[in-house]
Amino acid sequence: MKFEVLKTSVGEWLKGTGPESDIVMSSRVRLARNLAHYPFVGRASETERSEIECFLRSHLKKTSVGSHLEYTNLGGLEDLDRQFLVERQLISREHADATGARGVAIDPAEQVSLMINEEDHLRIQCIHSGLDLEAVWAQIRGVDQEIEAVVPYAFHEQWGYLTACPTNVGTGIRVSVMLHLPALVITRQIDKVFRSLHKISLAVRGLYGEGSQAFGDFYQISNQITLGRTEGELIAQVADVVPVLIDYERRAREFLLQETEQNVHDQVSRAFGILRTAQTISAEETMQLLSRVRMGVLLGLVDDLHVSDVNKLLVRTQPAHLQKMRGVDLDTKDRNIERARFLRSYFESGSPDDN
Amino acid sequence: MQCQQCDKQAMFHITELETGDVRELHLCEDHARVYLNQAEADSQQEDSETAGGPLGVGQTAKELSEIDQRVCDMCGITFFEFRNQGRLGCPHDYVQFENELEPLIANIHGEVQHHGCRPNREKSVGAEAVLPESTEELTRVIGMRKEIRDAVEGEDYESAGKLRDDIQKTLHKWHAENSKN
Repeated sequence: MKFEVLKTSVGEWLKGTGPESDIVMSSRVRLARNLAHYPFVGRASETERSEIECFLRSHLKKTSVGSHLEYTNLGGLEDLDRQFLVERQLISREHADATGARGVAIDPAEQVSLMINEEDHLRIQCIHSGLDLEAVWAQIRGVDQEIEAVVPYAFHEQWGYLTACPTNVGTGIRVSVMLHLPALVITRQIDKVFRSLHKISLAVRGLYGEGSQAFGDFYQISNQITLGRTEGELIAQVADVVPVLIDYERRAREFLLQETEQNVHDQVSRAFGILRTAQTISAEETMQLLSRVRMGVLLGLVDDLHVSDVNKLLVRTQPAHLQKMRGVDLDTKDRNIERARFLRSYFESGSPDDN
Repeated sequence: MQCQQCDKQAMFHITELETGDVRELHLCEDHARVYLNQAEADSQQEDSETAGGPLGVGQTAKELSEIDQRVCDMCGITFFEFRNQGRLGCPHDYVQFENELEPLIANIHGEVQHHGCRPNREKSVGAEAVLPESTEELTRVIGMRKEIRDAVEGEDYESAGKLRDDIQKTLHKWHAENSKN
């Protein structure tokens, strides 16, 4: 894997383009699939896990999509490199932390990733920038169909696609949309919104951090049910609620501007000020401040900064990215210093490492 | 005294007082834990309006404990292991534990019938198994691999060889052989 190339770029999905990208960061669909002739990953022996990896890897090569992907053996990577892939959302944290034969195939645009031997034998993920669920579905369905033409997925007439955990059985689909909702957080309406989402059986979780107090006001909305409805219905369940949330967030932003513009402007400017001048700064604080600044850019309160810059910084200020850029392992204290240094130089000269 | 569920010594002696019924249980540590966890889950279930849990209401602790002992013929996982880990062992579990899983799945999804995409292997070159109703036949290979291990252990190489041929035939039919490269 060409980490050297990846480290100064961000995936297509974080470029801040696509419909509604002022509020919707990304749209993602993943499918859980298993081979019919092997035990699920958790029950498979070392040998069987190697065979599964080998089987999938060689059969994926036979598909046109698979031949364009770059395969990485995760077992052969350093912790830091695995963490790096987690930060880019190309593999899950569980996949990074697991042991045994496992790998990931990634396309150059970082839209498609195929995780082998995660909780299921195969997890197909497709992610786009902005609100773009239909295109994501079309793309991932194409990938899935190509693979199932050469790989025997475990399937049962009643239960659908069979998965290691019964919570994924049936379609094996998880549809999620990542939203940036700072104004709903500031106006304290976010909990009310979440309660109403839970009532229609959608899951909400913070992208970074735990519970509803997510760092940086980034939230992921996804379906919980996978059985008994078609993929189209499950996608619609998420897609239908997103415009409502966008509308709430926009109204909350307008309200903030109308009622407390000075206050908001002050908060945004202070956040920007800290990011430009701090000498040491944690990942959490960076996330919070970047979230404020991102809202400020979209409200026209910050000059000379583009949303795509903020999106880029959200990824590149994370621990593994910082260390990859610097080229050495750093402890928390040194990372905080390095993060502050990187932010200062980014704002001073545009993007120093992009040159 | 021996455990009522297995050959180990009974360490827990439990007297259950149910309406008009006194039952004595003598269990080893493991089976007591299963029993007590289940009893606790049952009482929580009664309190909860969502009535969760994989197991139906009205089953006695003994029945539940028997369910826990059930083993998958293919991968060898017990229902107890599944309940502890929350992960199934192989695709056949959905068939083997169907009665136990159905209420659990109904509880999670509110439905018990798949209505989505299905594999279409028509595109696959020359595969005999087109549009499978289920891939259960192929899943049996998991059990056959286990039988080979047992046969080799018992030095029954003839059976092992025959099983290997059977596996190859099944894999070939489904185009599921490992590539040579």
